[in-house]
Amino acid sequence: MSTLDIRGLEVSVVTEKGQIEILRGVDLTISSGETHAIMGPNGSGKSTLAYSIAGHPKYTITGGSVTLDGANVLEMTVDERARAGLFLAMQYPVEVPGVSVSNFLRTAATAIRGEAPKLRTWVGEVKEAMSALNMDPAFSERNVNEGFSGGEKKRHEIMQLELLKPKIAILDETDSGLDVDALRIVSEGVVRAKEANNLGVLLITHYTRILRYIKPDFVHVFANGRIVEEGGPELADKLEANGYAEYVGA
Amino acid sequence: MSLLATNYLTPSGREEAWRFTPLNRLGGLHDGSVDISDAESMTGPETAQAGVKISRVSRELLAPESQSDDVIVSRAQAECATVFHVEISPGIEVERAIHLRRVIERSGESELSRVRITVGENSRAVVIVENSGNLVLGEDIEIVLAPHSFLKFVTLQEWDAPAIYAARHHAIIDRDATFESVTVTVGGSLVRILPTVEFVASGASAELLGVYFAKEGQHFEHRIHVDHAVPKAKSRVNYKGALSGDKAHTVWIGDVLIRAAAEGTDTYELNRNLLLSDGARADSVPNLEIETGEIVGAGHASTTGRFDDEQLFYLMSRGVPMHEARRLVVRGFFSEIISRIGDEIIQERLMVGIDGELAKAGQ
Repeated sequence: MSTLDIRGLEVSVVTEKGQIEILRGVDLTISSGETHAIMGPNGSGKSTLAYSIAGHPKYTITGGSVTLDGANVLEMTVDERARAGLFLAMQYPVEVPGVSVSNFLRTAATAIRGEAPKLRTWVGEVKEAMSALNMDPAFSERNVNEGFSGGEKKRHEIMQLELLKPKIAILDETDSGLDVDALRIVSEGVVRAKEANNLGVLLITHYTRILRYIKPDFVHVFANGRIVEEGGPELADKLEANGYAEYVGA
Repeated sequence: MSLLATNYLTPSGREEAWRFTPLNRLGGLHDGSVDISDAESMTGPETAQAGVKISRVSRELLAPESQSDDVIVSRAQAECATVFHVEISPGIEVERAIHLRRVIERSGESELSRVRITVGENSRAVVIVENSGNLVLGEDIEIVLAPHSFLKFVTLQEWDAPAIYAARHHAIIDRDATFESVTVTVGGSLVRILPTVEFVASGASAELLGVYFAKEGQHFEHRIHVDHAVPKAKSRVNYKGALSGDKAHTVWIGDVLIRAAAEGTDTYELNRNLLLSDGARADSVPNLEIETGEIVGAGHASTTGRFDDEQLFYLMSRGVPMHEARRLVVRGFFSEIISRIGDEIIQERLMVGIDGELAKAGQ
């Protein structure tokens, strides 16, 4: 049983116009086996929350705390956070030219598990993860995210989620740019990872359609850098009907 | 021992061709003050192959096929008593790569060298020149491709730390012939190579690939010159370099000339540099001169930058430590070119060397 505890998190970015405050005191607790959906309009700070937890250098933490099972996440380097059990499925996964998917996956698995996976079982493991996500085996010889379609990038992210077995995963708009079939396949992957590893999920999304496949236990409405309303799955239905207008009004 | 003739214009360093080169580190190759030994270090493979003749012939039998305004190349052409000749018969597909290496009797000795590689009509071959050890070497390599021939020409500059190498690698490419070169420069104090191409008939094509990795104090210079003087020839240039350490200096010049007669030319050149530390300097000058508008395409690009933070973040967010992430990114950066060498042992040796340098740079 793991718990990611976010308390009073305040985050800024430095731009040409100076320091801009994006997160203004976020409180959120995610435990193993739970699925939390964070929903909100564009520009509300949802992605900043995701990248801040993962440790992207662009963001400056100006207040609050993030702990994973009591350990101070904010003091960890990016790779230490991943090894502690956090995972971020990115909205825009980065191309790494000249590095093959198979080499990348094995390097990441070696880092996360603390030892190189046995080659024989590893090959089977990757094959299985790929076929479950409907991916061509030739995929593993391609360079990481290079020339991938939007759907391929997202499948590749979820394949990593299944192989690296984190404790808590943050999915940043994993549904964006996916057609209905791809959305179903990717969502099934998340559900599998959840069932296999009692994963805690923080699902960041703009739309409710992914929630048909990945049922949330809690829904949080995000606006202007903080959580403005919380509830159960029924809150998503309300958002579907009414939109975000009441949260972003003047 | 031979005394060098002195009737050459000694570069002052202000000339366009020499303005990046530290002349005082050329060991006297450029001004004739060098004391040339009678060393002939280039050596062919021990086992013979069908259709391949390797010999050293007197200069009278093999006059230069081309001229050069480079003073060191001119000296080599004028002074060398013999020419190392690799001759591939027409209509032959040479089975194994032909490896040429250096045998050095006295470390640090000075040498001028002429090499000729002749590829017969309809032949295919791979030649790999493995430069290592310590020499002060000025060299002219002329590569002559007959119609419909193919040559992959790999040169590895893995010289010892004090070595000096100033050379022209000049390809003369006839009708429908294909020249592929991979130039790797990772060792030596000063390396200055002129990879040059002369198209003599249409349908010829050249792909010039290169990688270099300059460490503290090393000067690695590659001055490409592709002369499109005939119609419908194709050229591609792609050089990638990394620099690490104080006063590591690389120079890449990409001169492509499309003459008025060269209608239907297709050319693109690219240079990318990765700066791994402060105090290193990469000069990159693409230069496209076009005298006809009737071409298929002509372009160039040049970038010099540091590690891409987003790439490192992506890898590290999967648990990969910083040093390992940097290693992956640099390996990936170079692998596009190094994988084209086509010799697993050499490729792995280069990659392991790059890993080692990176580990040192990270400290």
